[in-house]
Amino acid sequence: MRIALFITCVNDIAYPATGIAVTRILRRLGHTVDFPTGQTCCGQMHANTGYRAEAMPMVRNYVDVFDGYDAVVVPSGSCTAMIRDQYPRMHPPATSVAARTYELSELLIDVLGVTDVGAEFPEPVTYHPTCHGLRLLRLGDRPLTLLRQVRGIDLVELGDAEECCGFGGTFALKNPDVSTAMLTDKCARVRESGARVLAAADNSCLAHIGGGLDRHRSGVRALHYAEILAATGAPS
Amino acid sequence: MNSQVAPATGGGRIRTPLPFPTMAKPAVADQQLRANLHRATRTIRGKRARVVDEVPDWEALRDAGSAIKADVQRRLPELLEQFEASATAAGATVHWARDAAEACRIVVELTRATGADEVVKVKSMATQEIELNEALAAAGIAAYETDLAELIVQLGDDSPSHILVPAIHYNRTQIQEIFKRRMPDAPADLSDEPAALAEAARAHLRRRFLSARVAVSGANFAIADTGTLVVVESEGNGRMCLTLPETLISVVGVEKLLPTFTDLEVFLQLLPRSSTGERMNPYTSMWTGVTPGDGPQDVHVVLVDNGRSAVLADPVGRPALSCIRCSACLNVCPVYERAGGHAYGSVYPGPIGAILSPQLTGVADNASLPYASTLCGACYDACPVKINIPEILVHLRQQAPHPVAERTAMRVLSWVMRSPRRWAAALRLARTGAGPLGAYREKRTGARTLRRLPWPASAWTRSRDLPLPAPQTFREWWEQQ
Repeated sequence: MRIALFITCVNDIAYPATGIAVTRILRRLGHTVDFPTGQTCCGQMHANTGYRAEAMPMVRNYVDVFDGYDAVVVPSGSCTAMIRDQYPRMHPPATSVAARTYELSELLIDVLGVTDVGAEFPEPVTYHPTCHGLRLLRLGDRPLTLLRQVRGIDLVELGDAEECCGFGGTFALKNPDVSTAMLTDKCARVRESGARVLAAADNSCLAHIGGGLDRHRSGVRALHYAEILAATGAPS
Repeated sequence: MNSQVAPATGGGRIRTPLPFPTMAKPAVADQQLRANLHRATRTIRGKRARVVDEVPDWEALRDAGSAIKADVQRRLPELLEQFEASATAAGATVHWARDAAEACRIVVELTRATGADEVVKVKSMATQEIELNEALAAAGIAAYETDLAELIVQLGDDSPSHILVPAIHYNRTQIQEIFKRRMPDAPADLSDEPAALAEAARAHLRRRFLSARVAVSGANFAIADTGTLVVVESEGNGRMCLTLPETLISVVGVEKLLPTFTDLEVFLQLLPRSSTGERMNPYTSMWTGVTPGDGPQDVHVVLVDNGRSAVLADPVGRPALSCIRCSACLNVCPVYERAGGHAYGSVYPGPIGAILSPQLTGVADNASLPYASTLCGACYDACPVKINIPEILVHLRQQAPHPVAERTAMRVLSWVMRSPRRWAAALRLARTGAGPLGAYREKRTGARTLRRLPWPASAWTRSRDLPLPAPQTFREWWEQQ
């Protein structure tokens, strides 16, 4: 099976560790991962902010770059949702590759049939199901199923877990008061959980919540769940 | 050459006077309001979830509701004429109003013709939308709201902030104060106990019901094949208004039609469970024209467009007309919970308001509303007629006028990102440019983040640290292997 990694623009520049983690997990499971360097961005920010025409070149580029692969893995719920939910409507030739584009937990569980990826991570962790993974992709408890198999992990409940953190892409900038009010509540629930690590499937949401947690020196670390699944306890 | 006239946009209370972020600011800062909204929305949300979860075919009901509404929208002109014929045959008089002003004029004239100088009102979104109370007042006619929450809002010289619970922004102590101040016949020792407040309102309203000669209502549904109007309510005030006065005037948006009486079977299951979180609402009133010797003998229906034809003309935005005003989307919306209903500047607040108001007025007139959402999708999941609100929000954002600086930035970014070569160069540039700063911050604070930036980035850093580019981009790591 030819698997390609679509790293996403945010991960490429600010969270390379997440991409490295995805690569390590898949290689550990015996798969080859390709990283086609012609990739750029899925166009979600443009399309969702009202610049669909400006997003179209990115949509076409995605099809050109990834159409030849059996599966594309994306370490982001919202970018995967952009591709699977919006691409077919915006650009019908994208329909086929969109259907072969998976968020990491979908690839591992639904395509590769794996739930135990051989990870070890002995820390208290809570999981925030990000909105597009939850309600557009219907990831359900896939990421949690993977996390439950991690050796040593202490998974703790997050109150009001399914409530949006207030990021919403450009929403955070256009509506800073409401966004901050939502963030404050989310950070309070994270702190109440007792976790030392907040895990999620989207580094953009994690930049938002993590940025809020850091601001208040909460001592809780925001981490993409791929990095937990990649951890083996051994030095990398 | 074919020339089509674009359908007119609507008037009334459906426009934000100021952009949503500005309107939301005082609400977000008001701790009492935030507490009231938090408690109330979560209580209704929990009730709704319980009674929805117990219906085994809920998803099939949602599909049916959605399909019936889509059918209505496909053949609205034909169904409207059928409704007019059925209602007229049953003894009602049907009036057509292009917009809010015309609808108000019709109701004022009908009321004047009866010689009455006051009307009692059933809670109605359409009459709030067209600002009927103001129009009646200007004509010297007093309009008395009889729904408890509408009464509270009216006595408080305020406007509704929720579709189902117009006074959701008040707690009981605030309501007690309003009653004591503005209800002349309120008991001197009125407490803030819900039962005492309801009893005071009941006594106050009873006198109005018995003296009123004209009632004004809306309608939840208008049945095309029978000419029947339906009002679904909880308090019985609607039943009083719909049966006691001699003249009944109902203001109905054209999208409220259902093809046949049997279609009610679907909606009378969907609406109460989604709205009040009840299996069935206490009072459902239905009337078909005039029944000799029973109830109002002078029955009028005012069918209002007020921008709805413009919504109908847009195939992507059109499902907004499927809304049955249950307010389930408001109660699950994290933005509504923090901003409150008044921030939306329209009688239609919350997620449904964010897609309906801009379509009724034209997006340019309500340009901030399609952005009043994180696109989290909770509204779509809760909607009993499956309106894909996030999809319509994104669709409307394409039509919104964009700030010049934002548009320029988006175009430049698109130009960079459409080319793998330019994007790789931009990543390199960002990484090297931010390198020294990142290293400095990491050394000083232990994290490659910034805490304070000037405008416009301050919108982010006011409450969150901002991550800087990593020392090595992912593609650089990949190439290094």
